[in-house]
Amino acid sequence: MKVFQSAILIAVVGILYSVNYLLEDMVNPYVIRVIVNCGIGMILAMSLNLVNGCAGQFSLGHAGFMAVGAYTSATLTTVLALSPFFKTDVGVGCAIVTGGVAAALAGYLVGLPSLRLKGDYLAIVTLGFGEIIRIIFLNIEDVGGARGLPGIPPRANFFWVYLWVVITFMALLRLLRSSYGRAILSVRENEIAAESMGVDISKYKIVAFVVSSFFAGIAGGLFAHFQSFIDPNSFVFNKSVEAVIMVVMGGMGSLSGAIFGGIIVTLLPELLRVFEQYRMVIFPLILIILMLVRPMGLFGHKEIWELFKKKASS
Amino acid sequence: MTGSESTFGVSTHKGILMALDEVNKAGGVKGKKIQLKNYDDQGQASEAVTIVTKLITQDKVSLLLGEVASSRSIAAGAVAQQYKVPMVSPSSTNPKVTQVGDYIFRVCFIDPFQGSVMARFAINNLKLKKAAVFRDIKADYSVGLANFFVDEYKKMGGEVVADVSYASGDMDFKSQLTSIKGKNPDVLFVPGYYTEVGLVARQARELGLKAVLLGGDGWDSEKLTEIGGDAVVGGYFSNHYSHEDQSPVVQNFVAQFKARYGEVPSGLAAQGYDAAMVAVDAMKRASELSPKAFREALAQTKNFQGVTGMITINEERNAVKPAVVLKVVGPQKFSYVTTINP
Repeated sequence: MKVFQSAILIAVVGILYSVNYLLEDMVNPYVIRVIVNCGIGMILAMSLNLVNGCAGQFSLGHAGFMAVGAYTSATLTTVLALSPFFKTDVGVGCAIVTGGVAAALAGYLVGLPSLRLKGDYLAIVTLGFGEIIRIIFLNIEDVGGARGLPGIPPRANFFWVYLWVVITFMALLRLLRSSYGRAILSVRENEIAAESMGVDISKYKIVAFVVSSFFAGIAGGLFAHFQSFIDPNSFVFNKSVEAVIMVVMGGMGSLSGAIFGGIIVTLLPELLRVFEQYRMVIFPLILIILMLVRPMGLFGHKEIWELFKKKASS
Repeated sequence: MTGSESTFGVSTHKGILMALDEVNKAGGVKGKKIQLKNYDDQGQASEAVTIVTKLITQDKVSLLLGEVASSRSIAAGAVAQQYKVPMVSPSSTNPKVTQVGDYIFRVCFIDPFQGSVMARFAINNLKLKKAAVFRDIKADYSVGLANFFVDEYKKMGGEVVADVSYASGDMDFKSQLTSIKGKNPDVLFVPGYYTEVGLVARQARELGLKAVLLGGDGWDSEKLTEIGGDAVVGGYFSNHYSHEDQSPVVQNFVAQFKARYGEVPSGLAAQGYDAAMVAVDAMKRASELSPKAFREALAQTKNFQGVTGMITINEERNAVKPAVVLKVVGPQKFSYVTTINP
């Protein structure tokens, strides 16, 4: 089994690497840019899905954690840039992971007091924290303040972003199938029942929150090293809402749904660019229609492969 | 054209549109009509980067006009530089914008220039030789203006008797103003944004400080007189353009703009118009129709008569051009005083 898994892993890396090569040679840079943005959207959606979909909590501060990851990693590679190592692929990779860890830490600090709250209250608290984080970066002159931080080494390409998509997907899938995952799901289904079965609700909520923040931080780090420019304006409340839309559209609690949500919410506004200023009228309209037709999101609680299995058996 | 500074984008777009229609009506450039591709970045730097990539690689544009805000221009400029397509910003005044690379230009003056303009205005026009400076240490913009004001003022024989600072967001300026009052200056240069300037003016008058107030384009808002009341009346500030300027170029532009859109053009509309016209002028002079040739031609722009004044592009790819000085005459009313050449 171990051998089989590592073989798959190597195969995935190989495939991503060669696709990356082909893309750069054959496809228009604009299209690549959109594809990579989709990847970042997928990571964002999958990570938020853990809190909003699986643990049943409502967080509205995802952009804040993304900002922590983006600014931490960009500070390492651009502002401090202690050695040329931080300009290489590996160095940037380390910086992005550090950004993820910093975001996880921020998630822990935010989650500890606020996860005692439920529903709307939690939404408001996380919204507040997201804004606080953004305002802090707005006021730190060393990272550019309102002007933004330019000149970040653009090391995150198709290969790195989609490698992280695979890592995020595998990590979250395994988490959900473990005893931790079952406990997290039980919190969503019925807190009182879960507690009476001996599940430490607060603990599992925080686990979900920290893991989710970590991957949001990774998405932020990738975003920074892909755009090569970040400013506090990139992490406004709207970005958090965008992440929530991705999750709700894909289906709360469905990992594959989050992937599709990430793609749709990133891709659709690009495709609608032909409508110029009416773009932001048509896009929400499509969202509204989708929600009316499928209120549970594209896949509901289910994963895409479960949907197909059912069809096959019935 | 949406997002927090949406009126800026819309005004600029109107100016650009009008300029290009004029050019195309007159036959275009070298027999070719200019096509305008316009996308909205929602005031987001990441959107600006995506759009510029799309414009260059998919729409194959050979010249970019934009962005309004400095932070977005810096982000988008990096992409333009990478693909070697010239970009002309109508109104990003932060010095860092054109430092992105040799394909990035602007048709507005940069922040520090305004400082020296006001120094010259104080000495030559107002004949006042004792100045105090009150700067916002948290804003790049304010510090830049203050430094250049002090340099130029001293060079021209003036005396800077006090140079103190505040931080944007402060509400009480009385202690600093009392120390300024002790030095008894003729003019007080406050190169900040209108919110603090209004409060500074009010408190200065309350303390009996009689110095003439001077400032930069951060004053340009109807909120200035709302906050400062009568205290700011009689103050002077530098700006990019005034629709009251009586020169025929400006009056002609104002008349055309009014006929087309039914409103008085703002400074941003004038700068959008100029950015497009400077670009077209460069295209006409270019040896061939390629981004590289356009860049060479843009860099050689000299004494181009724009609405906002004679524009010359210097070796840092910034525009060297005159500033206008406006006087605050009453609630939300600024009148044109003079034009100061670089």
